[in-house]
Amino acid sequence: MDSKSNYFEDLKVIKKVMEESSRFLSLSGLSGIFAGIIALIGAAIAILGFMNGGILFVDGYTTGMSSHDIAVLKSEFFIDAILVLIFALAFSFFFSIRKSASKGLKMWTPVSRRLLINLMIPLFTGGILIPILYFQDQWQFIIPLMLIFYGLALVNAGKFTYNEVFYLGLSEIITGLVSAVFPVYGLFFWCFGFGLLHIAYGLIMYRKYEI
Amino acid sequence: MKVNISGLNKVFENRVRLGIMSVLMVNDSYDFNNLKATLGVTDGNLASHLKALEENNLIRVNKQFIGRKPNTSYSVTNNGALLFRTHLKALEDLINSQ
Repeated sequence: MDSKSNYFEDLKVIKKVMEESSRFLSLSGLSGIFAGIIALIGAAIAILGFMNGGILFVDGYTTGMSSHDIAVLKSEFFIDAILVLIFALAFSFFFSIRKSASKGLKMWTPVSRRLLINLMIPLFTGGILIPILYFQDQWQFIIPLMLIFYGLALVNAGKFTYNEVFYLGLSEIITGLVSAVFPVYGLFFWCFGFGLLHIAYGLIMYRKYEI
Repeated sequence: MKVNISGLNKVFENRVRLGIMSVLMVNDSYDFNNLKATLGVTDGNLASHLKALEENNLIRVNKQFIGRKPNTSYSVTNNGALLFRTHLKALEDLINSQ
């Protein structure tokens, strides 16, 4: 019996079991890439569809519009944002299920439950606060708060999955704070945070863990 | 409990037991069914190894009801954590020394 290679196998088993039982490893980089692409499509729809090609939220953006037009614009933004969220979530579930099946991992484990709880607490808080502000016409901090609450959710959930998620969260928080200083360029920061950062981190994770 | 000269512990010389301890070292507690799924072992096999670890005071058993269903979960004792860390250190030293 080659005891050294046996000890080596022991250590490999220990490492693998520790990792699999404490981290959700079914998260796919493709989820990030697709979430980013969908965010950019959503922004393009807003710019071309109902912002008439404009991209800046300048002061008095809505002056001169009838209250009916403002209401229409608000619901268009709202529906666009909800659709982006639904499609991004659907893709991330789809790719996670696919990855867990191909790796023979289980999706619903104690660690994936903990991941979801830790993700959802900041996300729901923001998900309730932001529509409240939105329908009170407090527009200025909508985009910073979206980025910040999403970043906090990722930082919180990052402990239970790949480390990159934690750093993506930090990047979103920083993007959100900077965007609060420049509210006029809100949509640029939104595209950067939800579009480009997702795609960049998705590519990093995909290349690191899935090729 | 037999501890050989290198610090390796006889009670851990089994892959299932190593697996159980590994899960419990990184989780506050873990229940029977999830342990079974994580380690991919049979009921009987898992139960006998859990029993051995429990008898050696390496893990603690918590029985409770979730709704009407009995649920048995396990966590590592201070003693178990210490001995497992020593075992792990010994494994690493052995591999690095040769």
